[in-house]
Order: sequence, then structure tokens, then C-alpha cells
Amino acid sequence: MSAAHWRRAMNGQTVRSPRPAAVPRPAVVEVAADPYAHSDAPRWLKSLWSRLSARHVLVLLGVLVYPAVASPFFTYQIGAQSLALGLIALSLTLLGGYGGMVSLAQMSVAGMAGYLVAILGTSTATAISLAWPWWLAVAFAIVLAVVFATLIGWLSVRTEGIYTIMITLAIGVAFFYLAQQNYTLFNGHQGFNQVFAPAVAGVEFRQPVPFYYLTLACALAGYGFVKLLVRAPFGVALQGIRDNPRRMRALGYHVTAHRVATYAAAGLLAAVGGVLITWYNNRISPGSMGIGVMINILVIAVLGGMKHPIGAFIGAIVFVLLQNFAIDLLGTDFRERFNLVIGGVFLLIVLFSPDGLLGLWAKLRSRFGPRSPIANQRRQP
Amino acid sequence: MIASKRRRIWVRSMLGAAAAAALMGSALAQETLKIGLLATLEGPFAVPGQDSMRGADLALKEKNGMAGGKKIEFIKLSSDATPDKAVASTRKAVEQDKVPIMIGPLSGDEGIAVKNYAKTQPGVTFINGSSGAQAATWGDPAPNFYRFNTEGAQWMVGLGEHALGKGYKKVFLVAEDYGFPYSQVQGFMASYCAKGGKVVDKAWVPLGTKDYSSVIARMPKDIDAVLVVLGGSDAVNFLTQYEQAGGNKPMIGGSITVDQTVLNYKGKRRESLLGTASAGPMADSIDTPEWKKFVAEYKAAFKDGFPSPSLFAYLYYINTKAALDALDAVKGDLSNGQKAYREALQKTNFVGPAGPVKIDQNRNGVGTTYITEVTKAADGSFYNKVVKTVPDITQTLGLSEAEFKKMGLGSRDVPDCRK
Repeated sequence: MSAAHWRRAMNGQTVRSPRPAAVPRPAVVEVAADPYAHSDAPRWLKSLWSRLSARHVLVLLGVLVYPAVASPFFTYQIGAQSLALGLIALSLTLLGGYGGMVSLAQMSVAGMAGYLVAILGTSTATAISLAWPWWLAVAFAIVLAVVFATLIGWLSVRTEGIYTIMITLAIGVAFFYLAQQNYTLFNGHQGFNQVFAPAVAGVEFRQPVPFYYLTLACALAGYGFVKLLVRAPFGVALQGIRDNPRRMRALGYHVTAHRVATYAAAGLLAAVGGVLITWYNNRISPGSMGIGVMINILVIAVLGGMKHPIGAFIGAIVFVLLQNFAIDLLGTDFRERFNLVIGGVFLLIVLFSPDGLLGLWAKLRSRFGPRSPIANQRRQP
Repeated sequence: MIASKRRRIWVRSMLGAAAAAALMGSALAQETLKIGLLATLEGPFAVPGQDSMRGADLALKEKNGMAGGKKIEFIKLSSDATPDKAVASTRKAVEQDKVPIMIGPLSGDEGIAVKNYAKTQPGVTFINGSSGAQAATWGDPAPNFYRFNTEGAQWMVGLGEHALGKGYKKVFLVAEDYGFPYSQVQGFMASYCAKGGKVVDKAWVPLGTKDYSSVIARMPKDIDAVLVVLGGSDAVNFLTQYEQAGGNKPMIGGSITVDQTVLNYKGKRRESLLGTASAGPMADSIDTPEWKKFVAEYKAAFKDGFPSPSLFAYLYYINTKAALDALDAVKGDLSNGQKAYREALQKTNFVGPAGPVKIDQNRNGVGTTYITEVTKAADGSFYNKVVKTVPDITQTLGLSEAEFKKMGLGSRDVPDCRK
């Protein structure tokens, strides 16, 4: 039996085993001879439907009506920024939480996408910007940023653990200095100003509410993408590689290729997030992807918890709220010490829950919530 | 997600209600007007940022915390000197705390970003802090962004003639590679080149450069002086390495080059620092009663402050004072889209600690530049002695608007006079 057969057989089992309970007619799944008797979309929809629960609907409704109840400030600076940052942190969750590869260069991938939107699209640096139509600029920016992420992955998968962090940090810092000192392409220290989100069919995506929905759509798509990916054969194998690369290699998996592909998939999320955050700031410069910002992404991912894709967004909301309001919590005499509050909260969260806010939630639920061991077992990361 | 967000909002509003209840007593007595105040309290400019806040606080203290019949409350905000953070903090003050007037930011690129944001908030008046980028008021200005201080290029006007007067006909330039030095170099070169001086070559080095050996090796032998537009430790590093390489040409400095770190330089060439010329919008040794009063007040108010107010404290002081004076002039009336208030701002004309403060039709400061030379004091220490004052410098650096437009804003290659 070839490795490919093995893989198929393995994947088939891992993925389908929980399904019979969820799908109304388990008999259909059992018929291995013709798994495509039904068209793909309805089955996909059905499985989605079976997974939806009340809290999903509630959260979805909540984020949809949020701009109606929140001020433009809360819609744009808190809501949209959290979603865009969350999307970049989500790429790290995919890499780190599911792939076991903590990369600090995710912000560099996002920065690359942002820079490309500015370089290929429009900005105040008319000597450099090529003024392509926005959709072409965005498409090229995302594709090239994914290529960049793949190259980063190709370089760093040869290392493990702390060395991955070091090499991706080195790549990020190198890219920062390249952008800082290159004038022909990256416009040096000043970067690009007035990089605006486009207006499509009369909708000005620069405005707070349309921009919020744009980031929301991208964030939901990113969330769904990760959810699907980690349940797909690819994602299950990825988690196998995270837990025991040697055994997976023995089973016939190409571990390196799998990891590089994960970098590419995470790069796609980071690239979309990077385009959004550039539109959000209306500008990009080396400072937008400096060392501090690179580490912020890691802080967001860790703060929220890396065991579930929602953690990235929860972490981003807490992070953005703290960044904005920590300064208000202190009296006038201590205002300049507000970073102490931010650091203190991060420390408390990590101290009491190594799995971030998600871990805290799980802990609280296991202590106070209803116990149902079977349901818990199904809920694997 | 949304539930946690809502809960936080709920907690915040409860906290807000509690704070409002606590403030009720004083709020009943007199109306409070909130003014946003942004400076860099974190990042590389954290120390200058703190001194900026002192400058603004001093301007408010002089008025006993009142302006236009209202009690003034500063909503202090922080940036880390990146434009992204500056705009985020400004947006919070304007859209969340609902301040009608906003003062800040500190550094050049932040200023341009805040100016761009100001265009989206026509109902709010933005007053600069100490940002000195030309483009914040030139080319594409925002009608509600005011800058009462002069900017980086204006600070160097007159230094070119002064250098020619000292016989420096050919200079070599070493400067940091970003917006502020571009402006400074343009301010120097605009008059220097016009009067026949040559800048034979320019070495743009990244901010924070430690090794200048390649730059020093590039310097031609037949120059008369070196124009050094570096800040703080960069300037000292350059000076040390230039001395070690056997360099002996005199130096001309930018507005933030010849500061205390350079003046306290202990190398063998220490004596050769004497006579180093530089220029700026203020100098520690200004000999006017206004300046002495300002320094005395600063020292009395801030025991933890610097021995003498820094450039940033001075710039925030004049901008805040202009904002408060105009409030007094209209008796706190901000109605009708702040029309009367803005007219009062436009008419601002007072004698500040270092010369008159007024603005042009682009709402950019027209002011005085001080040309200084390093001199030995009686106790052997070095200080910057004012040798010349150049009054009424406009943003076009004394050129006509058409001539200035033709030259364009300063950049790595503009202006140019090699030959």
C-alpha cells in the first residue's frame, strides 16, 4: 500500500469518525462506493448547519448589529481594528496552535501585503505608486505576500521551537530595516501616506461602518477557513505533525512540505489582515511592522489562547481596548505610567491561565458549568 | 465576543457614571472644557514627551487653569512617535472623549498623519504640539490644523549666510535619513546655495548609526566645514570617530545637534568645538526678560524638570498658550463650527518667550530663529551663545511663494548645489 493510500485511509477515518452522530442519515456516509452521490454544497451546508449552535447565532447577530448600537469610534477604532489585528493573530494561531511553529514574522507578511497595496495602488508617493486599480493591486499584493510567507516558511521549517522564533524574528527585523532604508521601492522612513480603502458601487469603504463590515466579512471568512482547514485531512495531519513529526514521517507524510504549505495558508490570512490594517491606518511605514508590532501580534494570540481560532479575536479585542482605555484608568498624576496597566493585565492573564482567555473560560466552565464528559471529548482543538 | 465587549462597555459606563457623580460637586460650580493633549509618553521620545506635557501644563498654570471663563481639563494622551499611534490616540480623544480642541503631536511624521485626520473632523480644531514637518501645513493643508511654531526648515534660515560669513564656501553634509533633517538641510541650503556656497556631497545615514568610518572616508580634503544634522548620541558618535580619523574641519550643526551631550563632549578636540554654529527657534542663553521669566516659571513649577526648558517644552508652551488665549478672546464661545474661535486663532499675535508668535494664511508659524555659537563660560563649561537673531521667517524661507514651489519641499536630493 502506498503512502498516498495510507494517508487517504487515515484521513478518511479521522475526519469521518465524529460525523455519523451529527449527520441525520449516517447510512449515506457509510456508502463508500459513491460518496459524491449528493452534490458537495448541500452536504457542506448540512454539516455546517449541524455544527451551528445558539451561541454562534448570538455572536453572529451581535457582531452584525454592533455598528448600529456603537459609536463610529467604537465601530472603527475598536471593532474594525480588533478584527483586522485578530485576523493577523489568527494566522499565528494556525501556525503556532495547530502547527507548533511560532512565527514572529506574521506581521512582516501583513506589512508586505500592505506595502504592495501602497506600491501598486495609489498613495501620496506618486513617483513610486503605480496607481493600478484597487482590485488588481490587492490581488497582486495578497499573492505576492503569500509567496513571501512561503519563502519565510521554506527557510524556517528547518528549525524547531525557539529557533523558529529566532529565525522569524531575524527575518522580520531584516524586512523592517530593508523598508526603512530602501527609497526606490519602500520610500524609506516615511513610507506611504493616504492609502485609502476603495469605493465600490457607491459604498465608501473608508467610512467606519462599511469598513467594519468589510473587516467582519474577512474575519468571518478567515475564521471559517481555519475551522474547515483544521478538520480537513490537511489540518488533521498538521496536528499530527505538531504532536509527533517523526511518527508522521514514518507514516509517509512529507512533513516539510506540509509545514511550508501551512506557512502559505497562514500567509494568506496575514496578507488579508495586512491589507485591512493598512486601509485602517490609511498609511504604511516601517514603524507599522516594527519589532514592537511583531511582538504585539504574539501577545494578542497568546492573550486570547491558541487552542481555538476564536482566541485570536478575543485577544485582539482585549488588546485594543487596553491600548485605548488603559490611560483613562489612572489618575492625572500617573497617566504616563499607563503601560504599567497594560503589562499588568497581560501578566495576570498569562499567570493565571497559560492558555489565555480561552483557557480561563474553559477553567471556569469546568468548575461551574454543567458537566458532560462526552461532549467535552468531542471538542478537540 | 460581543457579550464580553458589551459587558466591558457596561462596566465602563458604570465607572464613568461613578466618576461623573464624584465630579458633580465641582462641575456644578463651573463649566469644564476638555482639551486633548497628545505627546509621546512612550518610545524613543518619551523623555522629550514628558517635557512637552510640562510646557503645556505651564501655559495652563499661568492662567490658573481657566480660559474663556471655563475650567480647562487636559485629556492627556500618549503616542510612541509612530503616526499610526498618534492618529489612534487623537481619534480616541476626538471621537470618544469628544474634545473640541486637540493639541499635539510631537514629531514630524505624526504631524502629517494628524493633519490628514483633521480633514475628516472639520468640527474640531487641531493645534500642533511640536511637530516640525513642512508638509503638515504646506501643499495640502487642513483648514482646521494650526501650527504656531515654525518648522524644521525655518529653524535653519540665516545659518547659511552665517556660515558664508565665517568663510565656509564648501561644506560636506552628514545627516540622518528622514523627514526632519531633510527640512533642516533645505533651510540651510536655500540661502547658502543662493549666495554661492557649495554642498559638495551629502551622506544620508540611517537614524541610530554607530559606525561613520565609510562616511568619513568619503569626505573630500578641500572642504571648509562639515554640516552635521544628527541628533543626540549620533552626533557624539560622529564627532568621536571624526576625531579619531584625524578630521580637523570645523562643524556646523542642526537645531538638535549641539545639545548638552555634545557640549559635554570630553575628547581631545573639545576646544575645537568652540565656534560651532547652529540655529534653532530658541536658545538657552536668550537674553530677554520674556525668556528669563519663562525659565524661572518652568523651574519653579517643575522640580523634576530639566535645568532649563527643552525645545519641546517651549513649543508646546507657545501652542497651548495660543489655544488658551484665543479661548479667552472669544470668552469660551465654540459655537457655529468654532468660527469665532478660529478667527481669534488666526489673529494670534503675542510676544512669546523667544520672540513674537503669529501665523500665516496656511496657519503656519512666522517666527524668529536664533543663530548660536559654542562659547566657553566663565566656569569653563561650554554653552550656545546667541550671536544673531533672524526675525519674521516665513515658511517659504524668505523666497517668494512661486520660487519656493519651484524648489519643492526638502528631500534627499532637493535642494542641490554640488558644483
